[in-house]
Formats: sequence, C-alpha cells, structure tokens
Amino acid sequence: MLRFVFFRLLQSLIALAILSVVVFVLARATGDPLHMILPMNASEEDYANARRYLGLDRPYVTQYLSFVGRAVTGDFGNSIRARRPVSELLRERLPNSLKLAAFAMSVSLAIAFPLGVMAAVKKGTRIDRAAQLVAVLGQSLPTFWVAIVLVEFVAGRLQWLPAGGAEGFASYVLPGFTLGWFVVAGMMRLLRSGMLEVLDSEYVKLARLKGVAERKVVWVHALKNALIPVVTFAGIYFAILVTTAIVVETVFAWPGLGRLAYDGITSRDFPVIQAVVLSTAVIVAAVNLCVDCLYAVIDPRIRYSR
Amino acid sequence: MSSAGHPRSDPASRLPLQSSALPDRAARPEPGQRSRHWPVVSISIIVVFVLVALLAPLLSPADPYEQSLRLRFRPPVWDERGSWANPLGTDRLGRDMLSRILWGSRVSLAAGVVTVLIASAFGAAIGLVAGYYGGRVDATLMRVTDATLAFPVILLALILAVTVGPSFTNVVIAIAVILWARYARVIRGQVLTLMQLDFIAQARIAGAGAWRVITRHLLPNTLNTLVVLVTLQIGYVIIVEASLSFLGAGIPPPTPAWGSMIAEGRDVITIAWWVSFFPGLVILLVVLAFNLLGDWLRDTLDPRLRQL
Repeated sequence: MLRFVFFRLLQSLIALAILSVVVFVLARATGDPLHMILPMNASEEDYANARRYLGLDRPYVTQYLSFVGRAVTGDFGNSIRARRPVSELLRERLPNSLKLAAFAMSVSLAIAFPLGVMAAVKKGTRIDRAAQLVAVLGQSLPTFWVAIVLVEFVAGRLQWLPAGGAEGFASYVLPGFTLGWFVVAGMMRLLRSGMLEVLDSEYVKLARLKGVAERKVVWVHALKNALIPVVTFAGIYFAILVTTAIVVETVFAWPGLGRLAYDGITSRDFPVIQAVVLSTAVIVAAVNLCVDCLYAVIDPRIRYSR
Repeated sequence: MSSAGHPRSDPASRLPLQSSALPDRAARPEPGQRSRHWPVVSISIIVVFVLVALLAPLLSPADPYEQSLRLRFRPPVWDERGSWANPLGTDRLGRDMLSRILWGSRVSLAAGVVTVLIASAFGAAIGLVAGYYGGRVDATLMRVTDATLAFPVILLALILAVTVGPSFTNVVIAIAVILWARYARVIRGQVLTLMQLDFIAQARIAGAGAWRVITRHLLPNTLNTLVVLVTLQIGYVIIVEASLSFLGAGIPPPTPAWGSMIAEGRDVITIAWWVSFFPGLVILLVVLAFNLLGDWLRDTLDPRLRQL
C-alpha cells in the first residue's frame, strides 16, 4: 500500500512539473503585459525600465527556474495589475472558492444520492423517469444561462435572494445550486447504474434470503458497492466543478479563484494566471491522489494491478 | 441493432430466486424505456438543426448583421408591441433575433462536430496504442492523459483566446487539446479487455503485425463505444463553445453565436429578457437532443459504458 501511494505521488508530481512548463509558456504567450499597464504615450525607455523592474528582460529559462523555485515556497510574485503579492490575493480568494465548491458538492450529494438510489430501486417507475429527466437536463442546460435566468427572476424580479457577492448564507444558494446542478446529473447516473448492477448480484439476493430488511439491503449492502464507480469519478467531477466555477463566479460576482482567473486573463496578469492555474492543478491533483488511495483501500484489486 | 436478448421490462429480476439463472448479467443493458424505440424526437431535432445550419441564408427572414436603432429591443410577436417582422424580437442594435439564432446554429454545429472529430481521432489513436503495447508506453501515455484530464478546459481556452485572439479555430483547438484524453482513457480500457481475448492472440500467431491488429481487430471492436462517446460529447462541446463565447473568448462579434448572444442580453435582461432567453433555449434543445440520442445509442450499442 505504501508503495502504491509513493508511486502515485511521484506520478502526480511529474504531471504537475509538466503542467508548470505549459503554464509558464502559455502565460508568456498571452501578449506583452506592458501594453496594458503603461500609458499610451510611454516611450521606448519607459518600456525598457518597466521590463527590467518586472524581471521580464531575463532569459526565459532563468525566469522559469526562479518562478518554480519561488512557487514551491508559495511566492508567486506580485500581481502586475493589483501591484500586490499574488499569494495575498490567493489567500483572500481561495477560501471563498473552496466554500462555494464545498456547498455545491453537498448540494449535489444531497440530491444525487437519494435520487440515484430510488431510481434504481424503483426502476421503470415515475420516480425513475423523473430522475432520468433531472440527469439529462443537468447535462444539457448551459450553466451560464441558468445563472443569468436565476439572477433575473429569483434575485431580480422576486428579490428572494441576493444576485451576487459572498455575504451570508443566502448568497451561497444561487451560485451553489447552479454549480452543483451539473455534478448531480453525472453522479446520479453512475449511482443508478451501479445500484442496478449490485441489486442484481448474488450477495444482495443472499441478504434478502436471510431476511435482512429491504431498507438495509438497499442502503447498506448494495449502496456500499455501488459507491465504487462514484468514488472513481470523484476526481473528474472535481475538475468539472473547478471549470464550471469560472463561469459561475463571473456571473454571480463571486470573489473566488475563478473570477480571479478571468480578471487575470483579461488584463494579461502573468503572475496571477500562473498562480491560479497551478494552485488549481495542485488541488485537483491532490484530490485525485486522495481518491486513488481511497479507491485502493476500498478495492484491493487496484493496488496489485501494477 | 435490435434489442433482442434484452429483457424488456423484467419484474422477475427483483425476485431473489428466479433471475439467478441469467448467465450474462454484465452484458445486459439497463432496461430503460428508451432502448425500445428509436429516439424520433431527438433525431428530428438534430436533422432540423443541421438543415437550419446549412440553409440559414435562405431561411432567415432578415440580415443577421443589419442594425436599426429605430427597431431596438422589439419584443417577440406575441407581445402587443411585437410584430411579425421580428418574430422573436430584436436585440440592443435592432438586429433580428430569429435570423441571428438561425445563423448561430452554424457556429455551434461546426464547433461541436469539428472538435469532437479531431479529439476522437487523436484520443482513439492514443488509447489503441497504449492498450496494445501496454507496459511503459501505456504508463507514459496514461500519465499524460491524466494530466490533461485534470486541466480545466475553459482556463486553457481563455488563455489561448487572449494569446492569439478569440477565433473559431482557437476555440476548436483549445477544446480538442483537452477532450481527446477522455477518448484515450475509455478506448484504452476497452483495448486492455480485448487484448485478453483469444482472437487477438490468434491474429498475432497468424503473423499479424501491430498495425494490422490495431486497425483490423481492435478498432472495429471499439467503434460502438466511439460512436456513443462522440454523440454524447457533441452536446458537451456545444455548451463549452457557448460558455467561451459568453466569456468573450469564443467567436468574436458581430458573428452570431448563441453564447455571445446570451452575454449581450445579460446587461439588458431587465428590459429585454428575450435577448438572452431564446439563444439559451435553443442551446438547451439541441444539446438535449444530442444527449438523448447518445443515451439511446449507449443503451443499444454499448450498455457497459457508464461514461459521463
């Protein structure tokens, strides 16, 4: 098991190293940031000074190495636009994003679990069809459109909930549901098909034969095994959540990482882009690592497959 | 193509004793209602959508680019201020919404189809090679695949959009560069299973080389999966393209694209809800059609595939 964790960790680190190069190159490719920060009438000399001041005149390899060296210690340099350390911005924004993601995830778990299990147990009934509808709608609705419509009707016309910002619990509701909606669909489907398969298995039949209460058969015996595919995909769901968050945070003016990334890219703020992409990647990689280890604990076949 | 052998509705399977005789549990599809009939509605929506995209110049009542300040924010025809000249109203610049929506189908359809074709061809090739050779080749390719899967598509597309400027080509590239990894993962998993089967061993004993085994034996056996994934992902790509256009990183204005139309309507939604509403509705309809068709194909062709 330790061996498995070690190799898995090594893989994650290699993936992150590759990613850091890609990010560095892409961030350098987004055009000259000096056009954005210097006034229109700046002279050649102003450009040269600014370039030297920001360290942009050094060779790319040097820039990359110093970037990685400092990034490891959490120092991402200063935001070119905000003129503040990027690490400060991250510290401000990251908790907001995590809180929103956690809320969205709990919303989707709370909906997906009962719905997925009930759909499998009551296969072919109205509940099942309703669940399928929720799933297919969840995958077909454009998130940003849902967000706009919700802002207009629930926050604007009905004035039930705030339209944006991150103040108090009420402000979590709209972005949280919008963000969680897509994940519900996939998770529910996996759970339903997993449950269908497991409910048909020998050991569930044995449990029923032994006279175990049906509720216990479904929610304990069957659910435990139907969870395996859901756990496998948890990492992918998380990546989807992060991606969707950029759009959702932009629409709801949520002060999180997604919003920071969007602002960073529109103003060509290299250090911010690098920091956001890398910290996102580290979080996604860490989640994936945990998921894989968890998976190896649940299902020993994985551990020995390599 | 028929559902022969699929138990239609099978109340017996809930009873503990009778169904244990089923030998091939794994190969059974979910006995969903859909697997019985052709998904006529989805197919018709898609056909109509393709025709609209092809015939947009003939079908649209007005020039989608023509502005008219006099006609700004005309409501749809059923509103008392609306008129048949602009059945779905007009936008901020007085352009006809219906014509713009019809023209917008070109962008969405082209983005969906082109991106998915590129991604699936590349991803399938990687998956086939990784699964066939196994060992170090497999490990390396799968690490790259995993790293790709963990990268948020929209972030990459945003970076590309400000790098080279927003354009159709960049949207396609940005999405395809990430999307192939899903195909690689799924196809590789299938190939690993296929490689255990006797007919592959026989082909190799008969002297078939790598190229022949991959193209003649492995690829045909993964085609069903590919068709299902492609159908399901066209819908997904249409949504991603629309999200990018919405964020201003997709198809640049004034070209009509559904995502950017929603974005244009966002600021004026309190006075002209239709500008954002209709493009979103059309996206929903089209993506829904592709997803339902994909679900049906999966239930029919490849019940084992539990892909997102």
